[in-house]
Amino acid sequence: MALLHPVLSLPDLLGLMLHFMVLSLLAVGGAITTAPDMQRYVVMQNHWITDAQFSASIAIAQAAPGPNVLFVAVIGWNVAGPWGALATLVGSLLPSSLLTLWVMRWSESHAQTRAMRAFKDGMAPLTLGLLAATGWVLIEPLVREPAQRAGALVLLGITLLLMTRSKISPMWLVALGAVLGAFGMV
Amino acid sequence: MNPVLPAPANPRELFWACNALALQGFGGVLAVAQRELVERKRWLSREQFLELISISQILPGPNIVNLGLILGDRYFGARGAIAALAGLLAAPLLIVLALAALYAEFAHLPMVAGALRGMGAVAAGLVMATAFKLSSALKANALGLPGCAAVAGLAFVAIGLLRWPLVAVLLLLGAGAVGAAWKNLPR
Repeated sequence: MALLHPVLSLPDLLGLMLHFMVLSLLAVGGAITTAPDMQRYVVMQNHWITDAQFSASIAIAQAAPGPNVLFVAVIGWNVAGPWGALATLVGSLLPSSLLTLWVMRWSESHAQTRAMRAFKDGMAPLTLGLLAATGWVLIEPLVREPAQRAGALVLLGITLLLMTRSKISPMWLVALGAVLGAFGMV
Repeated sequence: MNPVLPAPANPRELFWACNALALQGFGGVLAVAQRELVERKRWLSREQFLELISISQILPGPNIVNLGLILGDRYFGARGAIAALAGLLAAPLLIVLALAALYAEFAHLPMVAGALRGMGAVAAGLVMATAFKLSSALKANALGLPGCAAVAGLAFVAIGLLRWPLVAVLLLLGAGAVGAAWKNLPR
């Protein structure tokens, strides 16, 4: 299967992992908040995969069960097969995991200090802005295409409405998107 | 940890519990984690779960992965952290890579490409809806609602529209926002 993909040289592979390691430490609010920068690196800067492949990577991970962070493994897979998946997943998880364990062991009693609360309150709205930007980066390629614009915006609207106003499982919305998309409505 | 609550007997039990909840989580695991860990296993009280989630959110990295790491580390140290991480990721990783490989085989079919586009539009909506839902957590924020709106708006423009590198935005805007929050907070 790996032979189907362009395989990166070792320096490129290490560069990919290093980039994801840096993003790992910046991923306050989850790896998805760093998706725009991943797209900038693998699509716009290095041209390893296309915009469509990038968006499909996230959609595939959303469609599968499990933590959403696995989308980084799919991006890595599409860039360079199994080694790419290993590079992006280890890169995304190792730094943040070590930091989490270290911080928890070191400062469990300092949660109410002024500095911690300032960090939390300052970063919270920033995280929300990043989440909104991530949604925009995902939908923008579809909105740019006149043939896909209407369907994409309708699906976006339905999703926003049902997710904020009902308790419906995201699974059904993802399924709805797949069916409508398969029949050419997006 | 509250000694009254039950706890996993060993890292293996923790692994299987994490595995089970990860495999039920389509489009996000947090809701399933709450049901499994708080309501079914009763390893955590609702308050403890909330506290762990907010800590996980402050720290970089996926919330659910951080939650598992913290929980595993508290119960069994590094072995527990690894057991929780493996439980959350191993089986879903194989499934998602199998899907990715299948996708590469069938990507040329218009129906498959269309389905993925539709799912992508929904994925965009899911992420945006999460942002909307979490905005209620800003009520007691030291920046006040206008301050929060300004920071969120600037982050959206810088990352979503201008496509500036995340590092620069987090360092500049993050420092400004945290500094403003620091000034507004009581000593």
